[in-house]
Amino acid sequence: MGWAWFHRFGSPPHLYRLAGTLTPWFAWPAAILIVGALYLGLFVAPPDYQQGDGFRIIYVHAPSAWLAVMIYAVMAIAAGVGLIWRMKVAHAVAVSCAGVGAWFTAVSLVTGMLWGKPMWGTYWVWDPRLTAQLVLLFLFLGYMGLRSGIEDLGRADRASAVLALVGVINLPIIRYSVEWWNSIHQAPSVMKMDQPSMPMEMLAPLLMMLLGFSLYFGAVLLVRVRAEILRRERSAAWIREVLS
Amino acid sequence: MSEGLHTQEVSRDTRLLPKCAAIVVRDLQLLVRRPGQMLQILGFFVVVTVLFPLGYSPELGKLRLIAPGVLWVGALLASLLALEGLFRDDAEDGTLEQWLLCGQPLAALLLAKTAVHWLLTGLPLTVLAPLLAVTLGVSIEAAPGILLALGLGTLALSLIGSIAAGLTLGLRRGGVLLSLLSLPLAVPVLIFGARATELVIQGDSPTAALYLLASLVVLAITLAPLAAAAAVRIGLE
Repeated sequence: MGWAWFHRFGSPPHLYRLAGTLTPWFAWPAAILIVGALYLGLFVAPPDYQQGDGFRIIYVHAPSAWLAVMIYAVMAIAAGVGLIWRMKVAHAVAVSCAGVGAWFTAVSLVTGMLWGKPMWGTYWVWDPRLTAQLVLLFLFLGYMGLRSGIEDLGRADRASAVLALVGVINLPIIRYSVEWWNSIHQAPSVMKMDQPSMPMEMLAPLLMMLLGFSLYFGAVLLVRVRAEILRRERSAAWIREVLS
Repeated sequence: MSEGLHTQEVSRDTRLLPKCAAIVVRDLQLLVRRPGQMLQILGFFVVVTVLFPLGYSPELGKLRLIAPGVLWVGALLASLLALEGLFRDDAEDGTLEQWLLCGQPLAALLLAKTAVHWLLTGLPLTVLAPLLAVTLGVSIEAAPGILLALGLGTLALSLIGSIAAGLTLGLRRGGVLLSLLSLPLAVPVLIFGARATELVIQGDSPTAALYLLASLVVLAITLAPLAAAAAVRIGLE
């Protein structure tokens, strides 16, 4: 007893079935929350008195930027579990995180640039948060690059896990150094939006979107983990039973 | 590697420091007999720096403004080039496997190796930097500050790079990947180092930036050898 539930996660068939059962429990609330938040954010929330309707891009931008960082943390935790307990499915989880995380990072960058055009008058400003997000994208790409460079699966798992852990230690240092670098180079940009002063009808859709995106990530992660397990265990006997 | 071999007594002298000293002496001897690699890296640094006046503007006033960035990017790329060979020769001829078996902590041995690597590439790059800075319109009075900033910075870069070099051990196209892995991790070093250099060139006190750079070095000395050792173990499997 005690740790048995934890060790059961280490069994690919168990996790495969569990992920399949859980997927709709993440996917449906995610869909409902995202659609609801889109309606509230795009139609119900009043336009910002300074930014007009342009501020509405925050409903995609902020949740994806937040998720990008969270996914890196999830990836690093999964990689650490895989490295410490030699749990193969944990590595499968870490791998499944990388692609989604890189994509959310890219989405946050693109939406940030689109928002920057009307607000700053240019698509790219070396804003500290934008820059830190760009570096995060490079970290994800480095992780995926290292994996694709190593042919042996077990080695790729463990080497990329070390990289993810090194990255997660570095991430706060990178974020703070970038903020420090920019704050001494130029005056604070117009982006200083006071979060608490945001009215409720603007804030509520944002929080809903955040939760919706998180659940969406959960659903996508579960599907990807299932696919990754199938790929890794393709010669195992239980796969034939499950698929037939 | 079975665990039993790690604990087996292979040599009579089990003290760690003489082993590290032996590594330092051996690598220095290797360099004295084959100075080509170090000279090529210094040459690369010089050429990259010279390209900026040619490609940007020969006016010293303009060049002085971009001098910190030029020096740091040049030093960063040069030390990256050097990193590719950090563990490769030792992995190919089996030296690293012997280190795994010798019963000493691998992290300490790799730290010694990385320290030598810095002596052979980071230090010469650092010494060369104030001279190159003069060609970018920086006065020679800035030399001590530039030496200090680049000395600390290249040490941190060598340590960070040792992780990436360990991870890419035995990969055929390791070179490009090595850059992709270590450059994002080197961002804080670049920021603080270039900032310190900029302050020195302007004649201001770079103390704050240098302290931050030094704290990065301390952190890197503490953690990077452990990560590099984990990476090398995986790479040698």
